[in-house]
Parts: sequence; structure tokens; C-alpha cells
Amino acid sequence: MNGMIGDIVGSARDSLATFGRMMMFLGRLLAATPAAVLRPRLVVHQIYNAGALSLLIIMTCGLFVGMVLALLGYDLLSRVASEDILGAGAALALTKQLGPVLTALLFAGRAGSALASELGLMRATDQLAAMEMMAVDPLRRVALPRFLGGVLAMPLLTAIFIAIAIFGVQLVGVQQVKIDPGSFWSQMRSAVELADIYEGLIKGTVFGIACSLIAVYEGYNAAPTAEGIGRATTRTVVVSSVATLILNFILTAFML
Amino acid sequence: MRQTRAIEVGTGLFVVLGLAALFFMVTEITAERVGVQRHGYLLSARFDQIGGLKVGAPVSIAGVNIGRVTDISFDDSDYRAVVQMRIDEQYSRIPDDSDAGIFTQGLLGNQYIGIAAGLSDTFFVDQDRIELTHSALVLEKLIGKFMLSMAGRGNGSGEAEEGAE
Repeated sequence: MNGMIGDIVGSARDSLATFGRMMMFLGRLLAATPAAVLRPRLVVHQIYNAGALSLLIIMTCGLFVGMVLALLGYDLLSRVASEDILGAGAALALTKQLGPVLTALLFAGRAGSALASELGLMRATDQLAAMEMMAVDPLRRVALPRFLGGVLAMPLLTAIFIAIAIFGVQLVGVQQVKIDPGSFWSQMRSAVELADIYEGLIKGTVFGIACSLIAVYEGYNAAPTAEGIGRATTRTVVVSSVATLILNFILTAFML
Repeated sequence: MRQTRAIEVGTGLFVVLGLAALFFMVTEITAERVGVQRHGYLLSARFDQIGGLKVGAPVSIAGVNIGRVTDISFDDSDYRAVVQMRIDEQYSRIPDDSDAGIFTQGLLGNQYIGIAAGLSDTFFVDQDRIELTHSALVLEKLIGKFMLSMAGRGNGSGEAEEGAE
């Protein structure tokens, strides 16, 4: 019994220590950020890796999320004869919650895991150590552009996800189950305000920072073995997803 | 070099798509009006009470959307609300003695302006004012009146109540 409590305290202390190291890593990244301005091409390359290559999965998932939301919403709302507010409900749910959260989860699975395994492999094959030998700071040359690329790509991915999902809602709601397009759009317009879109974008940015930081940190500090790379990748996806959902609750509580 | 170029093109495409999505969100799913104005003409109307009418609310005639509310302000010279609305160009034959009222969509829906066509042979033009208006029904007032009449009936002194009013 005593041993169990000791274990729990020990693992809590470990997680706290990891969190603290991660925050210090973030501090070092932010301190080095001005250096990235001198090498914009590296960042552009990483925006391409994190953003442009995630486009297809984001768009496909957005479309299907929107369509299923329309089906579910229509089924529920038609029971109380208020199908007209489907557009408003779906658009609010998408801009404020589903858009940023699902984009972040997909981003962690697609871009985050790729980042972590790439950096982990660089660590395992001593590429990072070689850079240090050549007096090139691997934090600035390798980790920073990847972090910034992810942070810049996430809000744009969120916007694309929401736009495509609303197109999906419209596809099922207006084209298939024949909700009147006029009231569909006008209800949506009167319900959604600019502040809701800001909320979605702020969330997207915060999740982008969290997911990119976790991926870069885990990869950069991976154990230099095959198993270490695998563990870093898994931890990236798991920790990013959990962090996204917890942060979402906190941000929602603040901004509601 | 060619690979770098492909990456730059891909990134540019991604950023353009993202900004297009943002633009779509701001212009299409909110009531914000950005950039070019839609064609149409402006009408105004004065109401004693507009209830929960909002900018962007639809204006309809016989149930068909013909425009939307563009501005709501308060005139402190006669203590009435001034509602500006833009009517689509194609609906240019609305008699100038038509009246406007504020109604509610469904039981708890949004409020909109309903125009009932009049009989005049001349039509509204840009910047005209709708003279005949009906205020929004305020639910609390209705319930109040209903309660009062019920109470009056219960006491058998409905006449006295009516007189007091």
C-alpha cells in the first residue's frame, strides 16, 4: 500500500518534471524565434510539411464531419419541427468546438507524429550531435523551423476544416434533405458572429502551439534507439490529443 | 532547385486556400458585410417597438425573402426605432402604401420584417419611408394582458378592469 502511494507520487512528480522541461524548451524556442526571420525558407519548408501535406486529410475529414453533423442534426431537429436552425447549430458547433479540436487531433496524428519521428531519427543517427560539432545549433536549425511551421499552419488548417465542413452540412442539409436554403443561410448568419470565428481561430492557434511543441520536444529529446523513436511518436500523439481536449475545456470556459 | 520551387508553390497554395476559407467564413456565415454592396434600394421604417429584431434579419413579403435589415437606430426626437432595410433590385414594384410589421419565425425563432402589399399604383423608390408600421409583439405584455383579463373574469369585475385601463 505504501509502495503504491509512493509510485503515484513519483509518477506525478515525473509528469510535472516533464511539463517543466517542456516549458523551458518552449522558452528556448521563443528566445530563438528572431533567428528564424533570417532563414524564412526553412520555415516555409516546414509550413509545407505540416500544412500543405495535411490538406487532403483535413479536407476529407471536414467534409464527412459536416455531412454527419447535418444528418444527425436534421434527425433531431425535425422531431421538433425546427430544421431551419440546422445551419446555425452546425456552424456554431463547427466554428467554436469541432473545427479546432478535430483539426488539432488530425494534426497531431498526421503532422505531429511525422515531426517526432523525423527528429527522433535525427537524434538516433547522431545528426543533431554532428550539427553541434559543426557549431550549428540544432535547436535553431532543426527544431525551431518545425515548431514555427506547425504553429503557422494550424490556424489556416482550422479555417479550411470549418469551411469544408460547412460545405458538407450544406450538401446534406440543403441538397439532400431539402432544408430551405434561404432560411438555412440566414439563420446561420444571424447566429454566428465574428467573435465566434475569432474564438475558433484562437483555439486553433493555441492547439497548434501545444501540438507542435509536444511533437518537437518529444522528437528532439527521444531516446536514441529504434524503440525510443517509436515511443516518442506514440507519446506525441497521445499527449497532444489529451492536451488538446483539456486546453479546449479551459479555453471554452474562458471565452464562453 | 526544382524541388524547392515545388515546395514554395505548394506552401503558397496552402496559404491562399487558408485565407480563402477565412474569407468565406467571415463573409458567408456571419452577417458581416465586407466589400461590395449587393444591388438594391434602401427603405426605412419607424417602429414604436422592435422587440428582438437584429441587423441582418430578413425582410419578406408574402413569406418570400426580398431583402434584409441593414441598420437599426433610435431617434430621440420621437422616441421610435428607425430600421433601415435593403430590398433586392428585382422587387421594385412594392406599392408605396404597403405596411410593415415585425413578426417571429416559428414559436421561438428570429424576428423578421413582414411587408403586406398595399393597393397604390405608385411604387417605393430608393430612400423611401414606410409610413404604416406595426410594432413587435412583446410576449410579456401579451401574457400580462391575458393574466389581467383572466383575473378580471374570475372576479366578475372585468368591466372595472377595462375601465381602469
